[in-house]
Amino acid sequence: MATYTPSTPISQLGRGGDPPVRTSGGGDGGSGNGGPNYGARLRRARLGLACAIATVSMIFISLTSAYIVRQGLPTFDNASSSYVHDWGVVNLPWLLLGINTLILLFSSFTMEGARRQITRQAALAPVKSIPGVSLGNEGSFPWLWITVFLGLGFLAGQWMAWSELRRRGFFVDTNPSSSFAYLLTATHAVHLAGGVIALLWAAIASRLHKPIEERRIVVDISAWYWHFMAFLWLYVFALLGFAR
Amino acid sequence: MATAATIHSHAPQGFIRKYIFSLDHKVIGIQYFFLALTAVWVGMFLSLLMRIHLLWPSAVIPLFGEIKPETYLSLLTMHGTIMVFFVLTTAPQGGFGNYFLPIQIGAPDMAFPVLNMLSFWTTFVAFMVMLAAFFVTGGAPLHGWTGYPPLSAVQSAGPGEGLGADLWITSIAIFCIASLMGALNFITTTLDLRAKGMTLMRMPLTVWSWFITAILGLLAFGVLLSAGILLLMDRNLGTSFYVPLVVVNGQIMGHKGGSPLLWQHLFWFFGHPEVYIAILPGMGVASQVLSTFSRKPIFGYKAMVYAMLSIGFLGFMVWGHHMFMSGMSPYSAFAFSILTMCIGVPSAIKTFNWLGTMYKARIRFQTPMLYAIGFVSLFVSGGLSGPFLAQPVLDIQLHDTYFVVGHFHLIMGVAAIFGMFAATYYWFPKMFGRMMNETWGRIHFFLTLAGTYAIFMPMHYLGMAGGTRRYSDYREVKYLATLIPLHQFMTYAAIITIAAQFIFMVNLFWSMFKGPKASDNPWEATTLEWTTATPPPHDNFGGVTPVVHHGPYEYGVPGAAKDYVMQTDPVSVPAH
Repeated sequence: MATYTPSTPISQLGRGGDPPVRTSGGGDGGSGNGGPNYGARLRRARLGLACAIATVSMIFISLTSAYIVRQGLPTFDNASSSYVHDWGVVNLPWLLLGINTLILLFSSFTMEGARRQITRQAALAPVKSIPGVSLGNEGSFPWLWITVFLGLGFLAGQWMAWSELRRRGFFVDTNPSSSFAYLLTATHAVHLAGGVIALLWAAIASRLHKPIEERRIVVDISAWYWHFMAFLWLYVFALLGFAR
Repeated sequence: MATAATIHSHAPQGFIRKYIFSLDHKVIGIQYFFLALTAVWVGMFLSLLMRIHLLWPSAVIPLFGEIKPETYLSLLTMHGTIMVFFVLTTAPQGGFGNYFLPIQIGAPDMAFPVLNMLSFWTTFVAFMVMLAAFFVTGGAPLHGWTGYPPLSAVQSAGPGEGLGADLWITSIAIFCIASLMGALNFITTTLDLRAKGMTLMRMPLTVWSWFITAILGLLAFGVLLSAGILLLMDRNLGTSFYVPLVVVNGQIMGHKGGSPLLWQHLFWFFGHPEVYIAILPGMGVASQVLSTFSRKPIFGYKAMVYAMLSIGFLGFMVWGHHMFMSGMSPYSAFAFSILTMCIGVPSAIKTFNWLGTMYKARIRFQTPMLYAIGFVSLFVSGGLSGPFLAQPVLDIQLHDTYFVVGHFHLIMGVAAIFGMFAATYYWFPKMFGRMMNETWGRIHFFLTLAGTYAIFMPMHYLGMAGGTRRYSDYREVKYLATLIPLHQFMTYAAIITIAAQFIFMVNLFWSMFKGPKASDNPWEATTLEWTTATPPPHDNFGGVTPVVHHGPYEYGVPGAAKDYVMQTDPVSVPAH
């Protein structure tokens, strides 16, 4: 059977027929001579982020699966010579975790503020570049720095929660339930720390006079990642709370 | 929008930026290729030591000493791990995929070049950490490449299960991160960087195979990473995810309540898709080469695409067939069995389409074609024993025997390696600008084909006769001792096959520097990599944006000036 495909006029080709956006051939990391197409780069970065989110989701899905399976497993008890459940219940510091949750949710709002602010700035940049045109002091509110601060606050809060857990006598090897409590919260914290680093880079990039469009891409991607982190935390919080 | 004239960019000139920490996907592809080549020699050397030990258990090997039973287990663990991760996963995807996916879709590079470089160097670090396991106290781990707990989860369970096992798990975790970065890049590049006219159904089947492999990797490696973290915690933090109450050397360990089966579920949820991560790129290459050298369009292009998608999808639903012996519910076993046999349908579609492509063709029997035919042969031979193992009632007899070893070596190991050989001989002219020696290529092919069949076919008989795998010495058990002649035959075959690989190595390096210069399109092929210079320039197309007008396999075109039409040729092609 032939694989003949009619020679469709290029103008009529649909998705997949779009031309590639060339930034820097061979990946020399530079900006290329033709000038980067930021719209295409943003789309590409969002696609990459979607893949990353799929991976992180798989990590948490597999941990959840392990959580549920381990919860139902019996273990042999030497003393009674019978099978018992050793899952146990961890006395989590719910108030502290609740406050952390509120901090993270609030940071998601400030992150969205930062994203919209830089999107606006990027849209207005061509107008602002016209000599004699001024748009005032629009968009100078430090949304990004507030988000960084809140993110660090969340991580500090998680650290306090772990300290409190230790104070209450729950260590990582106390029982399977405590093992998972540490594991899930720490895995989330590691991923969130990655988001904080990205935000710090975005915040510092403005000081390094990086192009506004380049900063916009970093902030946009970080924002969507940040929202995902907030959602993921709600999931972990609910799992630890409702599937005890 | 940038014009053709303005998109040309200059290659970095410094040695470090150009060859070591390069962002150019072609250089990174070659780096992956040589990393995998190093790994395959390490893995092959370990297998040689095992085969020698099976024949002469008391032999003292120069520079290595006598191989003890636990050393034998370390050898098979490291052989399996290195081959699966650093050869079968690394070369087809990281090597050839990196080099040719962007060119075949008409892109100047991967979507995220920095991530691409990081992916390679992370893989390199993972390989170094893996090798380091040989040189620490206790040596390399002995729990097999599947790392089943409790053996892998208790540090005092045996020599090599201390620091060596920690390094093993850490290496795999690092490898997972590298593979995830690579998968993300492959998917984004395929979806977002295709040239004008390169619709999904005009992509070469190699691109489809790398794309589907990347999706499998994206979904599977995260699970292995999670499983590895739990294992590290069990080993070092005293948790009990996988370890039940166990007694080692008369001592009750601190664990209780964990389940080794939990590891098996998580591991095989990754492990079975991993089989397709290894073999799918080989399928893509075989399709590409068979069509090119048969001078015919691939038979049933769309069916081939959908078959690969089906194989990838079903690959995530059959992990339980590795666990029939674990005491699973017969209903679950039945479901896993049926789903496993369903994979036979798309696999058969692919096989018949390959045969259909060659049917009544004017075949050019050059080395890449020989290897592609060899791939089909091994895929069929190895694949046919799959349905045996998919039957729970037969698997109970065959589990943990050499039948399984023979099966997965043919289908996952050697078939995939034949895909890599086909790719090497096919794309070598484009990668290095010179031709490989055809005569030595053919000699290498026939020796390797005969050798691999001689090694792995007897394993099926050995397994059916009850020959258990992982035993280092067959002499002490009466019924196993009668099988030693088969082992002798396989060991001699292995020695000859490994020796034949020196022919390949000499041909590879000699041709790299002394081979005759290659033209831009020595095979008269149609896909985009053959439209550009040999080797391709830094930005792949020398500043010209390719525009695609046809599918990837327009061979035997009636009325065409040649018997093929390039994908970029704007000429109208009649239906044929």
